Amino acid sequence: MDKVFPRIPSGCAISGIMNKKGQCIPGTDIIKSIALMHDRSNGLGGGFSAYGIYPEFKDHYALHVFYDCLNDRVTAEDFINEHFNVDTSELIHTRKVKSVTNPPLIWRYFVQPKKNRLSNSELTEDEYVVRCVMKINSSYKGAYIFSSGKNMGAFKGVGFPEDIGEFYRLEEYKGYIWTAHGRFPTNTPGWWGGAHPFTLLDWSIVHNGEISSYHANARFLEMFGYKCTLQTDTEAITYIFDYLMRKQGLPLELAIAVVAAPLWKEIDRMDADSRELFRALRTVYSSLLINGPFSIILGTANGMVALNDRLKLRSLVAATKGDFLYVASEESAIREICPDPENIWIPRGGEPVIGMLEGVNSIL
Amino acid sequence: MSLDYTTPEFLIERNRDRCIDCKVCVNQCANEAHEYDEEENKVVSDDVKCVNCHRCVALCPTRALTIRRYPLEYRQNAGWTAHDINSIYKQAASGGILLTGMGTDRNYPIFWDHLLLNASQVTNPSIDPLREPMELKTFLGRKPNTLKIENGRLTEKMPPQLELELPIMFGAMSFGSVSLNVQKSLARAAAESGTYFNTGEGGLHSDLYRYGGNAIVQVASGRFGVYSEYLNAGSAVEIKIGQGAKPGIGGHLPGEKVGREVSLTRMIPEGSDAISPAPHHDIYSIEDLGQLIFSLKEATNYEKPVSVKIAAVHNVAAIASGIVRAGADIVTIDGLRGGTGAAPLRTRDNVGIPIELALAAVDTRLREEGIRHRVSLVIAGSVRNSADIVKAVALGADAVYIASAALISLGCHMCQKCYTGKCNWGIATQNPNLVKRLNPDIGAQRVANLLRAWTLEIKELLGGMGINALESLRGNRLMLRGVGLSEKELQILGVKAAGE
Repeated sequence: MDKVFPRIPSGCAISGIMNKKGQCIPGTDIIKSIALMHDRSNGLGGGFSAYGIYPEFKDHYALHVFYDCLNDRVTAEDFINEHFNVDTSELIHTRKVKSVTNPPLIWRYFVQPKKNRLSNSELTEDEYVVRCVMKINSSYKGAYIFSSGKNMGAFKGVGFPEDIGEFYRLEEYKGYIWTAHGRFPTNTPGWWGGAHPFTLLDWSIVHNGEISSYHANARFLEMFGYKCTLQTDTEAITYIFDYLMRKQGLPLELAIAVVAAPLWKEIDRMDADSRELFRALRTVYSSLLINGPFSIILGTANGMVALNDRLKLRSLVAATKGDFLYVASEESAIREICPDPENIWIPRGGEPVIGMLEGVNSIL
Repeated sequence: MSLDYTTPEFLIERNRDRCIDCKVCVNQCANEAHEYDEEENKVVSDDVKCVNCHRCVALCPTRALTIRRYPLEYRQNAGWTAHDINSIYKQAASGGILLTGMGTDRNYPIFWDHLLLNASQVTNPSIDPLREPMELKTFLGRKPNTLKIENGRLTEKMPPQLELELPIMFGAMSFGSVSLNVQKSLARAAAESGTYFNTGEGGLHSDLYRYGGNAIVQVASGRFGVYSEYLNAGSAVEIKIGQGAKPGIGGHLPGEKVGREVSLTRMIPEGSDAISPAPHHDIYSIEDLGQLIFSLKEATNYEKPVSVKIAAVHNVAAIASGIVRAGADIVTIDGLRGGTGAAPLRTRDNVGIPIELALAAVDTRLREEGIRHRVSLVIAGSVRNSADIVKAVALGADAVYIASAALISLGCHMCQKCYTGKCNWGIATQNPNLVKRLNPDIGAQRVANLLRAWTLEIKELLGGMGINALESLRGNRLMLRGVGLSEKELQILGVKAAGE
């Protein structure tokens, strides 16, 4: 498993469904929606993230891990056992699908940090987990943790998204948020870890686009311990949100004002307090402006956010019906599973679509 | 008198069919290369005195003059060039250090010319700056690690910042080394374009206090013209430790250039030599620098960012890191090819390292230490065009200083004789008859034009890369590829080879 490879510019399809009352639905709908946009991907990557799927383990971090071979698993498990109390360790159930070939070993652990290790580290629980994940992903050959949140999980691989969904038997899982991604990379990734979604703790991101600010973003993040080993835009975007919201404590709307910053002439027209604040945000976090085309769906335990770049160089449509919020690259992908939405609209560039569970007041 | 071995460097060709003996060239040449021979009733020239500044050529009404390199050639010798031989003749005659002006003319590699920019194709749309917003605004100054925000308001003010509409400032050139009309031109162009000029170490002339909002005032080892009003007149203060053209040595403005105005501005007696010591005698190490930085911050009530300017030398990355930790808000690095009004030739041509390597090394080091985001990084030293600037930003600079380029826009022809005080273009001189040749109204317009042109070009290049805000290019080294560079050079620059 060669985890470091050149950046792969890619076009994509994305789709997301959320129920704001937290009602869980099986993975069937999201597969149907992403499958409709089959032509937007080329069979070299597909994936899903689902929230609310592990209610029986909701206080455990669910680690989903790719291994090249048994030996790699044994080595990495030494590290996992050393740092975590492992409640359950199991092979993720998959089904054989003709078009999905050469899968790695795919393992799942429900874990909690070892209390003494955690307190000795003087880190928060989340930070402790992040560092362990980073350690495995950057230093353990043949092992890659691709999902590490609580009561959520990512499922991804090399193939068309609908085939990946079938492979992982997603119809057997029930979640209140589902996001999906079909990939159209312009060269062969050959490695399952390179597919979307990209996740860190509860964060998950599916992303369409190629960001031209990638290296400016990545080199800034590297100063704060993030290791951009995958060299993908999506990885960088995930870390940007993690840095801004978890580490810097910015609320969602201000984090968005950093990554899809208002133009200076818009800032100049704001009232005095806002002007001062937005000038400071653009000045201090200037290296985290995401430039170039993107549409992303960000999932957290509390909700889902869809966002375009500030020039709207990628398609993104949103719709609602009842308690459901839908977002997708194409309107047809929404109508495929919700033929008559109550509202349907095209969000402006830089204007987020935010769906939050009822009763929560922050996306984190 | 012994035989002078010096031979002319240039040949003045006068087309007698065209020359009308009008004496324009005689009046224009401060070097007295042209003379009117009353007996013969015609204008004649002395090649030895010509510095090839093109003043006479440009002003000759009948285009009768041509200047060429003097054809006299020594017997071919790969080791002993004409430059080497002539230098020895000069020093054997004078017994002195060789002086020169402007940046080095030696053939050191120019890494800008080995770096190529990216452009968007298919997977990512390029952006048309004529139709889409394209933002170059840049803030220089210290940035906090975290913003304190409550109820949508900033509860802790930002440290002071310089606000630039474009990432180009005018580098330090003191009143004394250049004429007041040069500084007036730069000050007005800076004000018009939304950027800054740097006073150099010669103080701020009273006529220029009104441009304080666009001035960076310099504090150098001679402390010329430094007092509290001066420090507070500018928008930022720059401590000059070193200069790319002459790292490790000070400066010397000869007494003949210290006329009344220079004397008042520098606060030294008229006609006295202004000697800047090689080091600051209150800075013998990094902790002393910290004290000077904070003395200046105290003196300006923490309302101005403080920059520290150093020459690019071998250990530049470690020094820059120390400067950041000593409390500087802006680190300025001046490279090997940087210009000067006067420098010893051997120092100019042999000391320091190219700015591209220094910039890459400093940016990398500050990132490795996790402190790059706290400060701004400005570079200087042979930025020749807008593409150089775009490449500098991609390597990691926040902004650049231009000085030679600004002077060229004012008419400088790079003759490298700034130190003689006889600049025929009214730039590097205090001779009132020469100074008035540079009209600051026209000068300001020309410099502002240059900035406008470069701004348009920068926007085109950014748009091509699919970037619509300059900050997304800063340190974005994947936008660069190297050609004709060694593995080691690529590694130091932190860029991939073309084709990778």
